[in-house]
Amino acid sequence: MTVDYNQTPVLQTKNLVKRYGSVTAIDHADFELYPGEILAVIGDNGAGKSSLIKALSGALTPDEGEIFLDGKPVHFNSPMEARALGIETVYQNLAVSPALNIADNLFLGRELRKPGILGSVFRMLDKKEMEKRAREKMAELGLMTIQNISQAVESLSGGQRQGVAVARSALFGSKVVIMDEPTAALGVKESRRVLNLIKEVRDRGLPIILISHNMPHVFEVADRIHIHRLGKRTAVVTPESHSMSDAVAIMTGAMEVDESESAA
Amino acid sequence: MSSTDTKPSSPVLEHDKVADQAQTYVASFEHRATLLERFKKFLHHYPVAAPSIVLILAIVAFSMIIGGRFLHPFNLSLILQQVTIIGVIGVAQTLIILTAGIDLSVGAIMVLSSVVMGRMAMDYGFEAWLALLIGIGVGAVTGFINGLLITRMKLPPFIATLGSWNVFFALNLWYSKSETIRSQDISAAAPLLQWLGETVNVFGARLTYGSLLMLALFFVIWYALNWTSWGRHVYATGDDPVAAKLAGIRTDRILLSVYILAGVVCAIGAWVLIGRIGSVSPQAGYTTNLDSITAVVIGGCSLFGGRGSIYGTLIGALVVGVFRNGLALAGVDVLWQEFTVGILIIVAVGVDQWIRRGTA
Repeated sequence: MTVDYNQTPVLQTKNLVKRYGSVTAIDHADFELYPGEILAVIGDNGAGKSSLIKALSGALTPDEGEIFLDGKPVHFNSPMEARALGIETVYQNLAVSPALNIADNLFLGRELRKPGILGSVFRMLDKKEMEKRAREKMAELGLMTIQNISQAVESLSGGQRQGVAVARSALFGSKVVIMDEPTAALGVKESRRVLNLIKEVRDRGLPIILISHNMPHVFEVADRIHIHRLGKRTAVVTPESHSMSDAVAIMTGAMEVDESESAA
Repeated sequence: MSSTDTKPSSPVLEHDKVADQAQTYVASFEHRATLLERFKKFLHHYPVAAPSIVLILAIVAFSMIIGGRFLHPFNLSLILQQVTIIGVIGVAQTLIILTAGIDLSVGAIMVLSSVVMGRMAMDYGFEAWLALLIGIGVGAVTGFINGLLITRMKLPPFIATLGSWNVFFALNLWYSKSETIRSQDISAAAPLLQWLGETVNVFGARLTYGSLLMLALFFVIWYALNWTSWGRHVYATGDDPVAAKLAGIRTDRILLSVYILAGVVCAIGAWVLIGRIGSVSPQAGYTTNLDSITAVVIGGCSLFGGRGSIYGTLIGALVVGVFRNGLALAGVDVLWQEFTVGILIIVAVGVDQWIRRGTA
């Protein structure tokens, strides 16, 4: 998969600032995500990467600076608004409802209603259509080891649950999918599957922002790596140009990087 | 600058790569499901199954002990009449328990609404239908107050409704001046208030309009819970409020709507209550609070929210009704009825815990 870094970024920030009292969580941060890439965001604890991600997913409103979606300036006041514009977030703590089934979870908060009077007056759900689309999406992402789309999510393994969350974001995310530590709670084999799933989503054309502490995972799937330090981007590297120890060194300030040297 | 899928092989990645060749049976045991385990799985999958089995067994047992008198359509319809109020209030309680809440004020809301309906029709001379509407409005407002205490002031539902129970009950005593409105006066001035107590004959069974209204109410709420987005959101809110919020559900609004709806259902229960006892009494329905929780729990709803079916509550109410009626017909002292209901609650919750364990 080749990514063209001359085109307009899908998601971009310029000079983003967020202060909490005397603490500056985001300090004039720049950020670019290009179409068709997996961009990993790494940074030490307290570097402000989660604030940056919150700003991008609408969970936080920046004090200064601008966010561009497809080159157009946008403002989100809530995660719902970001979602309405096609930015989906997969949360670390598996935001699925255990007692509901897979199809219900995929469409939770965005249910489809039956056409005609049944839908408009009686607000009747179109369960058949939702199950059909859920089955399609799960099959598309190679998650069809899950036999029964109407089984409760609590009967799935951790990796399969994460699969449901990823499928939901892929189903509705039209522009960007943000994944916050998608493998943190998973075992080795399950992480493997989720990483493959992430690549699968990227290969279907959705750019992904991956936040992870797991360097091997980052270096395996990322096209580029955004390194965050002291509230802003210090460097963008690629798995080809730098090693994991370089990345850790940059992240912790042990190594300085000239911006002009860094990738894209 | 371009990037490709072929990354330079790094030794650090190798340990992860071998996971692909890992054995596929992770922590599996030589194990054949025993009959008991399959039964457990069946109960887990169909939460209404357990109370239904109890109901059927109870009916079989009582008809063997008591004989034809128990199975007579008249007696069966009597049981239905006896559980009508608990059934209606149970609908309200189910909605709230599905959101992982509990409402101790349902009985007080019902009595307060019935007193308002009675006084509006009798003392203020409003048309009966308008008196009923005002009573239902009182139910909605009291439910709204509960909802505000829980969503805005973030009080635990148990505490919020323990408080409002006392407040509503005191208001009820004050507003009624602790006086009962006599049945004859109501039937003379506002017979509509008692209409739900009238019976229709269906194959020798005498069904009240109140019982039919209860069944209709179960159907409407079943539809709303299972076939509308709102219903899915009620389940999701009770199951995992954080996940529901992240999925874009405004859980506070869902909770508020549930408490308001529960208040309205309790006010409908007030109308049923007037039909059942004929008069309007500030002391009526005193045990309805705990009875409604009993019906919901025996019906298989989880007190932790998000799990259970509205039909379970109907069956739960019928189980209680069948046991009370059967024991009474068998000539057993009333105190043993209470004893049995208590045992039923404990067994129901015990079975529920047993079903949940190990069938994730």
